[in-house]
Amino acid sequence: MKARTMFEKIWDNHVIHEEPGKPSLLYIDLHLVHEVTSPQAFEGLRLAGREVRRPELTFATMDHNVPTADRFNVKDPISRKQMETLTENCKEFGITLADLNSPDQGIVHVIGPELGLTHPGKTIVCGDSHTSTHGAFGALAFGIGTSEVEHVLATQCLQQLKPRTMEVRVNGDLPFGVSAKDLILAIIAQYGTDFATGYVIEYTGEAIRKLTMEERMTVCNMTIEGGARAGLIAPDETTFAYLKNKRYVPQGEDFVAAMEAWKQLCTDEGAQFDTVVEIDAAQIAPQVTWGTSPGMGTNITSTVPDPESFETVAQRKAAQDALAYMGLTHGTPVSEIKIDRVFIGSCTNGRIEDLRKAAEVAKGRKVSPSVHAMVVPGSQAVKQLAEEEGLHLIFREAGFDWRESGCSMCLAMNPDILSEGERCASTSNRNFEGRQGRGGRTHLVSPEMAAAAAIAGHFVDVREWKQENASKEVFQ
Amino acid sequence: MNPFVIHTGLVAPLDRVNVDTDAIIPKQFLKRIERSGFGQFLFYEWRFNVDGSPIDSFILNTPAYKDSTILLARNNFGCGSSREHAPWALADYGFRAVIAPSFADIFYNNCFKNGFLPIKLSEEQIDELFKRAEGRENYQLTIDLQEQVVTDNDGLSYSFEVDPYRRYCLLNGLDDIGLTLLYEDKIAAYEAVRR
Repeated sequence: MKARTMFEKIWDNHVIHEEPGKPSLLYIDLHLVHEVTSPQAFEGLRLAGREVRRPELTFATMDHNVPTADRFNVKDPISRKQMETLTENCKEFGITLADLNSPDQGIVHVIGPELGLTHPGKTIVCGDSHTSTHGAFGALAFGIGTSEVEHVLATQCLQQLKPRTMEVRVNGDLPFGVSAKDLILAIIAQYGTDFATGYVIEYTGEAIRKLTMEERMTVCNMTIEGGARAGLIAPDETTFAYLKNKRYVPQGEDFVAAMEAWKQLCTDEGAQFDTVVEIDAAQIAPQVTWGTSPGMGTNITSTVPDPESFETVAQRKAAQDALAYMGLTHGTPVSEIKIDRVFIGSCTNGRIEDLRKAAEVAKGRKVSPSVHAMVVPGSQAVKQLAEEEGLHLIFREAGFDWRESGCSMCLAMNPDILSEGERCASTSNRNFEGRQGRGGRTHLVSPEMAAAAAIAGHFVDVREWKQENASKEVFQ
Repeated sequence: MNPFVIHTGLVAPLDRVNVDTDAIIPKQFLKRIERSGFGQFLFYEWRFNVDGSPIDSFILNTPAYKDSTILLARNNFGCGSSREHAPWALADYGFRAVIAPSFADIFYNNCFKNGFLPIKLSEEQIDELFKRAEGRENYQLTIDLQEQVVTDNDGLSYSFEVDPYRRYCLLNGLDDIGLTLLYEDKIAAYEAVRR
């Protein structure tokens, strides 16, 4: 049999029908639903008199609109209506919903893995571009539009043109103090926001194998920011250890059998990718974005670039526009950029490990008086675990605002929003104009970098602080 | 879905790369539960000041482009969020097509579900179209999906590629779900094995 990539194996396992000149019909194993991109899909079903074909393969939560301070007091009537509509739709069509009262509630891409709904080898879709997150488990997971949400609800299938495959091989080790967020930001900064359009990426190499599940999720999450349809990482012992005993994962002997099947998914030796990109992990430093596209990023030790230094007219114009919007002057050292707000959270960096890493930096320090910093756990389960570990006390002691779970200021559909001109160090995934609030200025960073910026009031090289922390521990 | 066969209209040039779906339709307008009425919010933060007054310099607020129905754009148009509200807003505003060198995947897919045609042309061709659209009054293009060609009144003629199946569905205004359900037997057989 022909050597196949992991993507090809998962694809082949799910093709129901294919014929030349048409998209393939692909079966979907898990459909995640949230309140923003689903109401028109359910309405479409009702208008056509259709049912949800497999409600038991569909799982819903509310995350985008949820207030993170007083979560049951949804003041915006349109937000409330959207959440109520999801509740009514789930009831009418028999879909499990983790609503605000549920201990399972959280950002859809945080709770999927946390509940064990996400397995290697599954096809997973959601009306949300960051569905690529679930690829960290070796699932083929991608975002779809609302018409496709309706299509999956009605048929449990999707019509899909087969994407091309790309291997992104990350050789060597990430240096001390450099995170998975820095890795993916650096990749996008180097190759651009559309380098992988039309592709499914498989991340391979030593540096990837050493990442924890949380870190792998961060990498796959932001894969969409490079234009790719999905990102994949082959399941291994790290994956299995994470999944074991999760609620919706096979238990006992069934788990052992599942594990054997999952191991077969890995890319065969000799399988060909359409494109291969190699990255040297050792060269990567902590990243900070300076512009209005996730690809506009640089090292913490660097300066804001000169628009004239870019190759094409379009790039130069984009850089000029970005600097004007961001209120930055080229040549300014990144470490001298002062910030007003800090947001730690989102489907990119709102998991327990992210909070631990931020807390480690925050411990025993104080948030700068000129900064408002908030920590928003990705889910209720993350919040509970963090509180069991006492992380909330570390954050509060340092002056961080400890919140309830939700998407929050990643896209600011709820009341967590930047004011005109406010500058934010954010662990989220997009620094687009207006994303966190009209006129708001977003710098994407890792949780450690965000926590350090909150304390210093400007960006700092967190490697130095980590070094300091590490030597203290040795000393003690 | 409305079919798309042939369309002639005024071209509005939007000279920016990486136009994201947050810019096309900002998040504060995603809370509606209807499919319609998003056109008034299209490019909201580029079109309107905080007080709601129009920003005169924005292309769509320029009287010359008021009735445009074809958007001319740059690389990676529609990147970011998967929100289908983006093509809904473009179509509801009155656009029938967008022409750019490249599109983000999810946005590109979403367009075809809404009778709204995204057309890919080369960077050189796009440059030429920008030159003409910015340099001439009332610059119009005709898009013929049947023939897969974009033409103007001055002899310009660019052919474009589009997936044959998507073209077929768009020409005929076909509903994907209905087409998929033709394979009900195969779906049921797959489920029987996998359950």
